[in-house]
Amino acid sequence: MQPTEIVAYLYQISDVFAFLVLAAAGLAIIFGMMGIINMAHGEFIAMGGYVTTYSYHAGVPLAAAVMIGALACGLFGVFLERTIVRRFYHRPIDSLVATWGISLIMTQGALLLLGSGAPGVGTPFGSVSLANASFSIYRLVLFAIAVLLLVGLYLLFMKTRFGRHARATMQNAAMARALGVPVQGIYSVTFGLGAALAGLCGGLYAPTMTLSPMMGATFVIEAFVTVVAGGADVLIGTPPAAIALAVIKATATAFYGQVYGVMSLLVAVCLVVRLMPEGFTGWLIRRRS
Amino acid sequence: MTIKLGALLAGVAAFAISAAQAADKPPIKIGLLEDQSGEIALFTLPKVRGTQLAVEEINKAGGIMGRQLELIAYDPQFDNSKFQEFTRRLLDKDKVDVLFAGATSASREAVRPIVDNSDVLYFYTNQYEGGVCDGNMIGTGGLPEQQFSTLIPWMMEKYGKKVYIIAADYNFGQISAEWTRKLVKDNGGEIVGQELIPLGVSQFGQTIQNIQKAKPDWLMSLVVGNSQSSFYEQAPAAGLKIPMGSSITIGLGFEHKRFKPPAMENMHVAMNWFEELEDPKAKEFVARWRAKFPTETYINDMGQNAYAAIYMYKKLVEMAGGSTKLADIRKQIATGNACIDAPEGQICIDPKSQHAAHRMWQISVDAAHKVKTERSWDRIEPYWLGQIGCDLTKDDPKEQYTPSSLPKK
Repeated sequence: MQPTEIVAYLYQISDVFAFLVLAAAGLAIIFGMMGIINMAHGEFIAMGGYVTTYSYHAGVPLAAAVMIGALACGLFGVFLERTIVRRFYHRPIDSLVATWGISLIMTQGALLLLGSGAPGVGTPFGSVSLANASFSIYRLVLFAIAVLLLVGLYLLFMKTRFGRHARATMQNAAMARALGVPVQGIYSVTFGLGAALAGLCGGLYAPTMTLSPMMGATFVIEAFVTVVAGGADVLIGTPPAAIALAVIKATATAFYGQVYGVMSLLVAVCLVVRLMPEGFTGWLIRRRS
Repeated sequence: MTIKLGALLAGVAAFAISAAQAADKPPIKIGLLEDQSGEIALFTLPKVRGTQLAVEEINKAGGIMGRQLELIAYDPQFDNSKFQEFTRRLLDKDKVDVLFAGATSASREAVRPIVDNSDVLYFYTNQYEGGVCDGNMIGTGGLPEQQFSTLIPWMMEKYGKKVYIIAADYNFGQISAEWTRKLVKDNGGEIVGQELIPLGVSQFGQTIQNIQKAKPDWLMSLVVGNSQSSFYEQAPAAGLKIPMGSSITIGLGFEHKRFKPPAMENMHVAMNWFEELEDPKAKEFVARWRAKFPTETYINDMGQNAYAAIYMYKKLVEMAGGSTKLADIRKQIATGNACIDAPEGQICIDPKSQHAAHRMWQISVDAAHKVKTERSWDRIEPYWLGQIGCDLTKDDPKEQYTPSSLPKK
């Protein structure tokens, strides 16, 4: 393989990696902490995209607009947790239905209030050329943000008091509560954090896509696949899962096209579920012990 | 007492007369199934609005031969099983006189077998990949012989003979890609690559790379839906600057209004309608539309086609002396005189194929997203079906044909 082809290949892998990490992080955190499968994940992504786009069109610079989008989703997530989600903690199937209901309300509500589309933002930063291939710079920025996000989550969960409380709650909520950890507050903040990360994903990808109330749907399959393959721990499981799936998808798409790219992802997750039922998290934990 | 009784009798008489009049002229029920939410709602909502505008205008002017039009519309939400469910409801429960349904070719093919089992007329008002030879159906949208046979030879002469195709992976994209391959080969060109893309995919990094590697002279882009149209944002962002052709951009997808310039620069498409059309009747129609729907982003060809189709139905019913029966209407189509003056110009239904002849414009988009007319044709007949042996005046196979799937002799 020629050097430019290797660079192109690595670029594509990092592009898919960024997409998987940014799409899955919020879902993984909520699932890892509370065992809740957030079926409204796609709608939080869309909400982040919308808030970012509207902020940008109101004159806010793009970076700040993305932050506003993430923050808005985070606050909305905390609100939803307080009102609806907390009633379903020990009822996993019911929480599925409840969050799916939330997702329907958000999609159709956005459709009724905002219409079916809105003018986009436009991808910043231009492109860079190498031989006959050229690459969007913004997507390299997204890769950098994905890596920084994982580092940030590591620091948050390992080096802060909130992180310590959160990990305690994840391991044994009853014991943590007995020791004075504000468990209910941890759940609220974690759901809000998951929602905020989904909003961040939507805000970051909004400049590259068409805005519509249903735009979250294009992230959902990849997000769920990454969470299933990664397992419950966003720090141990999500990075290796994202790398493995990114290599698989980028390779399949490069040689055989988009149809095989998507299929390869789904076949991969079938194999992972069969061979490593708890995802990379379970496998790596077992290896360590 | 006497006065009160008189008033009562007058009231009863007035009621009886108006009831008799209403019984005399029952409304004509129009069934409409277009996505009002979902992946392509952005493009199909103008169909709903165009239909509403036409129905309102016709009703204000007295309806069709004194009968008011009653519009019954459901939202299938881009779900083909809902299309089928609502079609059955419109035909069996609501008992509509005519059905206008479907934007995607997949939804049309889901609905067509159900309509074929009834004797209800079915209008498919979208551009599509052509080939449906079905007596229940009237197709009023653009066809490959009007959109591809005009555009492709011109693109090859202007930009070169090496063509790359990207298309949505369902029947419309696959068959349109087949038409493109056929016409490129017929004109001495070469397909240097083709990629079919599942609906709902929005990330095109690798696709863009594959296009660059193949080094085509121009790109035929048949991506469909909100997610796939992200391609037009990502391609220039990745530095892919290449002339593009399509049958569904600008006039149908109004990407030049949705994406920042110069994303759509050098896009070329042959359409029967675009809102920028410099024609007094077209401009007057646009003004009426925008008076009723002031926030419309763009009146696309789907919207104009839906509006015109209602008027075409009115003409057919009037030609048939007020009958809405399928057999009577088909007799009128067979005369070859089923023509109306639509905002796009005159359209006529061809007897052999029951599709529409159109005025066609080939347009291109510049770096500022201004639309320019390159060429135009006064009338292009829907000739292909007749050429391959479809003649609905003689028999009704209810089949769809493609260049590789012709009628068996």
